[in-house]
Amino acid sequence: MHANQKPLVVVENLVKHFPIKIGAFGNQSAVVHAIDGVSFEIYQGETLGLVGESGCGKSTTGFALLQLHKATSGSVKFDGVDIARLPAKELRAMRKRVQIVFQDPYSTLNPRMTIGEALAEPMRVHKICPEKDIQHRVAQLIRDVGLNPNVANRYPHEFSGGQRQRICIARALASDPEFIVCDEPISALDVSIQAQIINLLMDIQEKYNLTYLFIAHDLAVVRHISDRVAVMYLGKIMEIASKDDLFGHPMHPYTKALLSAVPEADPDLERTRKRIILQGDVSNAIDPPSGCRFHPRCAYATEICSQSIPELTDQGGGHRVACLRLAEIEKETA
Amino acid sequence: MTKLLEVNNLHTRFKVRNGYLHAVNGVSFSLDKGEMLGVVGESGCGKSVSMMSLIRLLPPAAQITEGEVRIDGEDITHASVSRVNSIRGSKVGMIFQDPMTSLNPFMKIGDQLVEGIVYHKKITKAEALKQAAKYLKMVGISNAEHRLTEYPHQLSGGMRQRVMIAMALLNEPSLVIADEPTTALDVTIQAQIVELVKDLREKLNMSIIWITHDLSLLAGMVDRIMVMYGGYVVEEAVLDDIYNSPLHPYTIGLLKSIPSLKTEAGSRLPSIPGAPPNLFTVPTGCPFAPRCEHKIDRCQTEVPALAAVPGSSGDRPHRVACWVDMRGRGVEQ
Repeated sequence: MHANQKPLVVVENLVKHFPIKIGAFGNQSAVVHAIDGVSFEIYQGETLGLVGESGCGKSTTGFALLQLHKATSGSVKFDGVDIARLPAKELRAMRKRVQIVFQDPYSTLNPRMTIGEALAEPMRVHKICPEKDIQHRVAQLIRDVGLNPNVANRYPHEFSGGQRQRICIARALASDPEFIVCDEPISALDVSIQAQIINLLMDIQEKYNLTYLFIAHDLAVVRHISDRVAVMYLGKIMEIASKDDLFGHPMHPYTKALLSAVPEADPDLERTRKRIILQGDVSNAIDPPSGCRFHPRCAYATEICSQSIPELTDQGGGHRVACLRLAEIEKETA
Repeated sequence: MTKLLEVNNLHTRFKVRNGYLHAVNGVSFSLDKGEMLGVVGESGCGKSVSMMSLIRLLPPAAQITEGEVRIDGEDITHASVSRVNSIRGSKVGMIFQDPMTSLNPFMKIGDQLVEGIVYHKKITKAEALKQAAKYLKMVGISNAEHRLTEYPHQLSGGMRQRVMIAMALLNEPSLVIADEPTTALDVTIQAQIVELVKDLREKLNMSIIWITHDLSLLAGMVDRIMVMYGGYVVEEAVLDDIYNSPLHPYTIGLLKSIPSLKTEAGSRLPSIPGAPPNLFTVPTGCPFAPRCEHKIDRCQTEVPALAAVPGSSGDRPHRVACWVDMRGRGVEQ
């Protein structure tokens, strides 16, 4: 489907390590391997879902894409320009094209700024429009996210969580971006509000022709909103495929376990369902396992899995999987 | 079956600066021995407060103003503090949401477990430690004797929640109240914990109340579901009835708005407009009326009572609090 399309974002071999101090007196140095060589691309106008459990590096990946974290190595090309190596001034100009919606709408709006001020600020910083048009544009944005323009004079505390997330989305739109990282934008919201925000994100994507990186741990939500999906585990991408391939024919043992762990609101299905229950916990990112990161919890792991690191290889149609024993597992489970 | 728990018209409110926050507004239900009940609702719907009111585990600002709770026939609402203390942890066990903060970081796992045993039983510390190790093994913690000597920070989130479960089971309670025990955990760990609890329930034949905001999670787990909204129970029915023939507009809306791995992807989700109510004023009508697309005049002036649906019978009738007859208008399955 992307044969003729140019990718908007190309991430190559991205690595982000955080040096930390451990030990009772902080006297030992250690390194958290948050992202360890991640490569993928995001095409113009699509939504790439990025899923994984807490600590797998999915949010760090989103932050590194925007240079909110400086990458340890690797490149992030946005529209052909490597933003990981861009001088500060040019990076700033680039920032208006890439925006982010954070998880928690309670802590990401300045409580002392009115909604109107919060939305006008990015427009002034990036000189999006002449000063006289700003109020008009603010009102337009507020309408676009489904609120009444007269809220511009009110403060964040006057709004509910769902309304605040709408405001955060409006603020991300204020600089007229092409690409938005949505970092768990609905996780902090009430269940009955989540659907409203998912719908809003889909509506404005259509209206403004946006490209999304949608980070979440809720697989059903990711399936709903994404065109393609990447599954991360402990700093590595395990599988990346179109949504239909990934959910219809998952190949990596981790993806399979992850999908089978998702509860479904259907008692009949739940009664007959066979779950794959993974043993143990996610390994430590300070001292990640050798070889395949997933091998300590993998039911199919053999000796080779602890020795060599699997590469993402194309299984046809852009369905890429990082598993050394894939062929054997596919035969075994067929 | 015999009733383990009976709750009648329970009201709990919090004293706040300018008046009261009405968290629970007349909750009534019962629970059989060995039964597992799911309580579902959004944050602030009163699900945790109502269940913690059962054993009066409430902050000082909270007060039970009306109603009655009976466990095994014994009135808890009016019992003495020392009597309630002896029921908590022995007859009723609790599992809390966040295993990261519910364990004392300065105490060894073993000491924390032993504390709960020697409070209720006259046994020595050494015997209590043996028992603690037995329960750690039961919840799937390997190398249990060694774990007893460790501190909470040495365990992962999933392990800590297993310790919390072991702690709740120590005195073989007949009822366990689990308040969002998997919300802070990853989905693969959640699956582990759910399997563990289902397993333990069969082994120990206890009743469980599982509080959650995740309607999908309950589908594979409980016998009966109670849906709460704005401090009221709006619907209550056996598992299949809730999912296959929900009757309250809120339950219907909630079920429709959850994207599942089966819904048509890319379409717009049917969403419930508006936001959950604030609880500072007691509504004059149905708490859901401001967001309800089926509302009639009566919904704004009279609070509907939770009543058995005509036609449903047996031990567990389908109960719903709605003035509109939603039969045949629910989700198409």
